[in-house]
Amino acid sequence: MSAKRQKRKQPLPAPGEWTFELIEAYHAEIDRVARNYGLDTYPNQIELITSEQMMDAYSSVGMPVNYHHWSFGKSFLQTEKGYRRGQMGLAYEIVINSNPCIAYLMEENTMTMQALVIAHAAYGHNSFFKGNYLFRQWTNADAIVDYLLFARNYLSECEERYGEEEVELLLDSCHALMNVGVDRYKRPAKLSLTKELTRQRERAEYLQSQVNDLWRTLPAQQIKTQTVEARRFPPEPQENLLYFIEKNAPLLEPWQREVVRIVRKIGQYFFPQRQTQVMNEGWATYWHYTLINTLFDEGLLTDSFMMEFLHSHTNVVYQPAYNEPWYRGLNPYALGFAMWQDIRRICEHPTDEDRYWFPDIAGSDWRETFDFAMRNFKDESFIAQFLSPKVMRDFRLFAILDDDHEGKLKVSAIHDEAGYRKVREILSDNYNLGSREPNLQVWNVDLRGDRSLTLRHQAYLRRPLSDSSEEVIKHVARLWGFAVKMEVAHEDGRVEVLYERHQDRRKTDKN
Amino acid sequence: MVRIIDRRFDSKNKSAVNRQRFMRRFKGQIREAVADAIAGRSIKDLDNGESVSIPSKDLSEPQFHHGRGGIWETIFTGNDQFSSGDQINRPQGGGGGGSGKGKASKEGEGEDDFVFNLSREEFLDVFFDDLALPNLVKTQLARIQEYKSQRAGFTNDGTPANINVVRSLRGALGRRLALASPYQGRLRDLQKQLEELRETLPEDDPEIIRLKDEIGVLRAKIEAIPFIDSFDLRYNNRVKIPKPTTQAVMFCIMDVSGSMDEGKKATAKRFFMLLYLFLTRTYEHIEVVFIRHHTVAKEVNEEDFFHSRESGGTVVSSAIELMKEILHQRYLNGAWNVYGAQASDGDNWENDSPHCRELLADTILPFLQYFAYIEITPGEPQNLWREYEKLVGAHDNFAMQHIEGLPDIYPVFRELFKKKLA
Repeated sequence: MSAKRQKRKQPLPAPGEWTFELIEAYHAEIDRVARNYGLDTYPNQIELITSEQMMDAYSSVGMPVNYHHWSFGKSFLQTEKGYRRGQMGLAYEIVINSNPCIAYLMEENTMTMQALVIAHAAYGHNSFFKGNYLFRQWTNADAIVDYLLFARNYLSECEERYGEEEVELLLDSCHALMNVGVDRYKRPAKLSLTKELTRQRERAEYLQSQVNDLWRTLPAQQIKTQTVEARRFPPEPQENLLYFIEKNAPLLEPWQREVVRIVRKIGQYFFPQRQTQVMNEGWATYWHYTLINTLFDEGLLTDSFMMEFLHSHTNVVYQPAYNEPWYRGLNPYALGFAMWQDIRRICEHPTDEDRYWFPDIAGSDWRETFDFAMRNFKDESFIAQFLSPKVMRDFRLFAILDDDHEGKLKVSAIHDEAGYRKVREILSDNYNLGSREPNLQVWNVDLRGDRSLTLRHQAYLRRPLSDSSEEVIKHVARLWGFAVKMEVAHEDGRVEVLYERHQDRRKTDKN
Repeated sequence: MVRIIDRRFDSKNKSAVNRQRFMRRFKGQIREAVADAIAGRSIKDLDNGESVSIPSKDLSEPQFHHGRGGIWETIFTGNDQFSSGDQINRPQGGGGGGSGKGKASKEGEGEDDFVFNLSREEFLDVFFDDLALPNLVKTQLARIQEYKSQRAGFTNDGTPANINVVRSLRGALGRRLALASPYQGRLRDLQKQLEELRETLPEDDPEIIRLKDEIGVLRAKIEAIPFIDSFDLRYNNRVKIPKPTTQAVMFCIMDVSGSMDEGKKATAKRFFMLLYLFLTRTYEHIEVVFIRHHTVAKEVNEEDFFHSRESGGTVVSSAIELMKEILHQRYLNGAWNVYGAQASDGDNWENDSPHCRELLADTILPFLQYFAYIEITPGEPQNLWREYEKLVGAHDNFAMQHIEGLPDIYPVFRELFKKKLA
């Protein structure tokens, strides 16, 4: 390395203040090194913004455009308060999974921080967005910005036509269902602005006719209880509540269906991010660390630059222990960074233990293994596959079993030979959205009776629903327009009704 | 290829719309917070925003989550003492390494109130909203254009009353000196020649006689210069400059007898605040005199004024009497603009009301810019109202209003502002 170092000429200047020329110079060097490592990215678009704009971006869930809603105002106020009082710093960067990949850099950052952020966001996250299967399948980087634009315009049109309040209430209800509005297994259709626009009208008409057809067999007023064995609808339970409502809620206007769809699409877009926190942040952290160190080895960076860089990096990957007051669970940056570093170690310098645990990758080419891991896993499977005993020991991981029928907590496994597999399994499950979030299904619609909708919570390990669920049921009822029932199916087979919400929109149009 | 874009000068406040929506959505809570703030504030303190706190359960965005309970198995870091199979007591109060904490935190954290700051403008907006102020008044709290005449040097013409004697005489003196100076010079020469000739020539020498004659002529000429001329006159010049008068005193009179409950006092407080706010637009310095009364009146500080409880009957004239005394003692030296504001539930000792009216009409209203009376009562006007009604036509600086709710307050001031806005 030192021989290489002498070859290079002057190191890049590292003043406190950045300039556009310097950002370009640093970017060029980072880009060159990243290409050498084979990182495949979308083209970059780097935007310099003020802290105020950063807070704006925060509050509209990081999106450059978004529709208006009070909840974004709320989160802006929250962010602003925290920032002004110095309780929290703003993230140094926000990066958007779009093509070109937009990275926001804050004006307040020093030159060192800008370089770190470029490496982290514009190369780390960017390449992850482009490569990981979840993002490839679920999101459409080419169309997202256009789609958001379409959504905002459509919603403001709705506001003009039907009143802000009407739209706001509808959005409230949709937001409440956002996390049960995703298809977990089906691939969504591609988004495109022009298609969206041209097809939106015919879709509205078509949907409406379909819905009416569904109810045509019903007598308009008299509702009798039929003895005939009712046809089940939906034939199979549905997991995507918003989709089901969009397609089947009997009383929604076409524009309301479109709004449900917009919220559903945006929720779907963020779904992969929620499933790849450890991997994605770890990946970006690994790459900013590696790229900047490579530049330093080439002699392009000054010592003072490196001191500042290491200081920030160390803060990012700090992991407090369980009994420290600032413990907030596992730090995804720390865990992810450690795991990616460890994978490279296993590839380059495997121990006997590694050969036993990872026969496939021990001693393999690290770049290829990285690429494979980055493309084909999400947090849950990534941890199940790659968490090594060494990382478990380094983090001193241990598992606590909390059973509310037992008086005491139990340590079910620790970082020892007997516990490695168990710890790894539990940690993997901790990152499994399927077990972290309640399993809810659209169970039945009483087609021949009162048109009520039944949702079912399949309980798992006796975990109950939180109290806020009752509020959510009200939102479901508002969208559905008729009574909504919430049942819970216990593991022993018992089914009981949790909440019931009566609603008849034909009589009280607003509620 | 990279594109680097400078967005720093793009439109700021992208979230302004969202903030507005948020404010509208929680108008009820914000209004309550403002009402609380008003109750806690001094009536002079209207120039600050307010931090508003909303119970977070009101603005939660509910979603389906797991609640506490059931079986959870969670991974923690930094094991320093545990081995497999250890039993641990549950940590109390959710601190430390409680299992399942990660799941419940979404609800668990939500207990604190959501606090944010209203700017001064937003605060006043809500305040005004309650009082149903017309927009014109909100935006144009007009200043009184009072003219004050001020000296501005001297002029050559004016009324005799404004003649400035010193200036005029000084001018005259100068003029006399100036006009006489050629003669004086010649006179001195001639007198000198005369002295010299007298030493050599007899008194009746024709030369001396000629000099004497000439001197006499010059003397006469000097005498003929007028002592004062219309040309010399200087008048004090006074110009009128529009100037906000800078001082005002505001009398707040409130009935604190048993029948005035907290709600009525709160309404009265808004009324006093509003008047104060209007006055701040006009005057630099405002003093507030608080007089509370039941059967006897007392000058108190603001704290006692709004918060101490009294009971018993009501004799309004005691307060009017006290106001008169204070007014005449302290504020009638011409330097003060005097405003009066009285709030009561109108329930007065029957024989006292006519006395109040007379006191007001004779000893107070002539010195006041404005006197406003509000009667806070849900029912029929009381006897004080009927007496005061007689004042309305006769004094255009007197206004009264019967109030049931906050929006009724504003009309009291309507006349006042009509005048000012004109």
